[in-house]
Amino acid sequence: MKSSALKHIRTVFSALVLLLFAFLFIDFRGILGENTFGPILYLQFVPSLLKFIIAGVATATGFMVVIALTLLTGRTYCSFLCPLGILQDGISRAGGLVKRRFRRYGYKKPYTILRYFILVLTAGILLLGGVYVLTILDPYSTFGRFMTYFGKPVVLVINNLLAALLGKFDIYALYRVDIKPFELAAYIIPVAFLFLIGFLAFRYGRLYCNTVCPVGTFLGLLSKLSLFRVRFEEDKCTRCGRCAMACKSSCIDFLNKHVDVSRCVNCFNCIDSCKENGMSYGLVRLKHKEKVESPADASRRSFITGSLVLLAGGTQLVRAQNTNVPIPTKDSTVKEDRLYPVSPPGSIGLASYTSRCTACALCVTACPTSVIQPSVNEFGFAGIMQPRMDFHKGFCNYDCNRCTDVCPTGAIMPLMMEAKQLTQLGKAVFIKDNCIVSTEKTACGACSEHCPTKACHMVTFEGNLLIPEVKDDICIGCGACEYACPTKPYKAIFVDGNPIHEAALKPETKKLETVPGDFPF
Amino acid sequence: MKRRNFLRSSVGAGLAAGAFMSFGRYEKALAGKPLPAGANYDLVAVMGGEPAAMFDMGIQALGGMGTFVGKGQKVLVKPNIGWDVVPEKGGNTNPALIRRIIEHCFRAGAKEVYVFDNTCDNWIKCYKNSGIEQAVKDAGAKIVPGNSESYYQEVTIPNGKKLTKTKVHELVLSSDVFINVPVLKHHSSAMMTGALKNMMGVVWDRAYWHRNNLNQCIADYALYTKKPSLNVMDAYNVMMRNGPRGVSKEDLSNMKSLMISTDWVAIDAAGAKMMGKEPSSIEHIALAAGMGIGKMDLASMNIHRMKM
Repeated sequence: MKSSALKHIRTVFSALVLLLFAFLFIDFRGILGENTFGPILYLQFVPSLLKFIIAGVATATGFMVVIALTLLTGRTYCSFLCPLGILQDGISRAGGLVKRRFRRYGYKKPYTILRYFILVLTAGILLLGGVYVLTILDPYSTFGRFMTYFGKPVVLVINNLLAALLGKFDIYALYRVDIKPFELAAYIIPVAFLFLIGFLAFRYGRLYCNTVCPVGTFLGLLSKLSLFRVRFEEDKCTRCGRCAMACKSSCIDFLNKHVDVSRCVNCFNCIDSCKENGMSYGLVRLKHKEKVESPADASRRSFITGSLVLLAGGTQLVRAQNTNVPIPTKDSTVKEDRLYPVSPPGSIGLASYTSRCTACALCVTACPTSVIQPSVNEFGFAGIMQPRMDFHKGFCNYDCNRCTDVCPTGAIMPLMMEAKQLTQLGKAVFIKDNCIVSTEKTACGACSEHCPTKACHMVTFEGNLLIPEVKDDICIGCGACEYACPTKPYKAIFVDGNPIHEAALKPETKKLETVPGDFPF
Repeated sequence: MKRRNFLRSSVGAGLAAGAFMSFGRYEKALAGKPLPAGANYDLVAVMGGEPAAMFDMGIQALGGMGTFVGKGQKVLVKPNIGWDVVPEKGGNTNPALIRRIIEHCFRAGAKEVYVFDNTCDNWIKCYKNSGIEQAVKDAGAKIVPGNSESYYQEVTIPNGKKLTKTKVHELVLSSDVFINVPVLKHHSSAMMTGALKNMMGVVWDRAYWHRNNLNQCIADYALYTKKPSLNVMDAYNVMMRNGPRGVSKEDLSNMKSLMISTDWVAIDAAGAKMMGKEPSSIEHIALAAGMGIGKMDLASMNIHRMKM
């Protein structure tokens, strides 16, 4: 196909995908239904891969579709389906507007060693059981963090201004939402990548995708075998170079009439830019094949050696992560002696959870009570940003299993409501010396008030005073008691995580005696 | 009878009669019974009907809603919507009752009726699953969020012992009439929740109350100048244990009752009795009565009891 319609179709399609994914993460009113997440996220490469291979979910075949698509059409994924890639197109478009007269992409050599090194490092460490490099580099998760950490607060500010304005006219269709920041250290990686990706996209188009992104590099390898490609129409090309200037991937060597297919993301801008119809997208022509490969044996060898060395080092890192999970967090608190962090319902246990989660933050943003918060070092340093249950920020709503509906990697597996209500994430631990009833000798019981199973119940203390007591076997570790406890800075009741989630017993119920049919006054 | 009282009750009776006639459906239920002339009760208690029908009867005995709500006024109806539970679990005020109260307000000429609560569970889920959001919308009133601190303004509590300042929802300040509609329940902290305790849902920082002598704070808040004109206590399905959230439906006692009073200490005292407790054993009721906020001695009250 030579028509520039291709480019326009791509632009419209990818803009819609970008909007959809942005909405997925910004949807603070919980408009998207529980069954919408699966289909939307099905084709995201890394989540699907992890869900299929590590979590063993046989239906998570999206990554196979992407591989097949790439073998057929090249890196279509990167321009049509990857929200981070599309976001970068937006940024580089903005860069083009600012520097319209100066900015030209032009052909550049690939950073071959760097990109394959990153790919092998990521894959190698993943094979050894460490997900943390992927956590940092997975494009979908990076995009998710951008939206959750930066995009959503901006939208909330606008929402709150509008809500305040409408409120003046007695209209409450919009409501204000308090913006609560995460812990500061959780922002380090998202902020660094915002600057890195923002800068690279603004100045150099898809350089990040073709140098850093392991998915881009992997699909680039596959696309060397693809059937359909962007190609030169040799008889029509006048070597004017417009195509190369328009190429966000800087992968068109117009002098040699050669497109580096491993970096081409099928944006079709080149086809659109060519006045002579000298570029087209279609079945691969075999004679190009010879030119495509430009082997550099020396660099390949050093790359392979380097990768092996790194793999060896990576093993150590993996070990470090495995022994570090779960990490006791004794140092910072004196009285809340939490031995284990608490992972979300459906995550089965700390080890399986931390080996599957890429910290895309979708559960963080979807959680209606904000109890799911990015961790800092609760899961160990390698688990930074992987969400944990933070009962100082919220508690797990008894009749809610939204996080188990949204997780695309299988880190949080689906959990039916009834099963969720009997899944014990941890156990409440009461610290009498912190409790108002004991220290102030006044009534409190906020913990028991909030407890959905009455595992935390009130027993006689002194005089008429009642004091909490916890029944472990019916406690589900929802953290309502900890959240509601009014003591500062340490709570008088807290949930200590279960390293492997356990089954709680159902609270016993007894029939009440019938009531008298008359007023007792 | 003082002239003022006579006028008030006559007007009340007139309005009530008007309201009564317009509720065609309930004409039968009340047919033959004389309209209350005095309407000077400390407490009206109704038993044996559905919540909405019991309210129709009860408010009638107090002279109708027109006694409390004037033409063109802004009314705040404050139910308990604290928990993300369905109406059958008795954790929140009955939605049908809320709907009927709103309808009475509009019939009495209210310009606008608002409903909100500062919930314990996630507020969106509470509003929705309690059935109250729908009931409010069906009745043509406005359900207002209470989830953000920016909706709350600081006020001072005159003569509060422990609670001297607190942030209350802007609707409490901006409404002309305030109707308090608690649901009667067992409560693990305050022993019982009723009219006085329901005010923990109009303030922002409840934890402060818990830290600073909960029962005293509950009583102190009742000193705040903006008091409910009317308290309606839903005692239809009363949670007798495991309150205030409840664990199962078996915690409920189907009392099919409703109390109405302008005295929120009196209505709480009646609630305590309904739950089989002495009012004086509920600390915040005893404290409030001791501070002169209302009466808790049920024997000395003019109580109008009705059965359906």
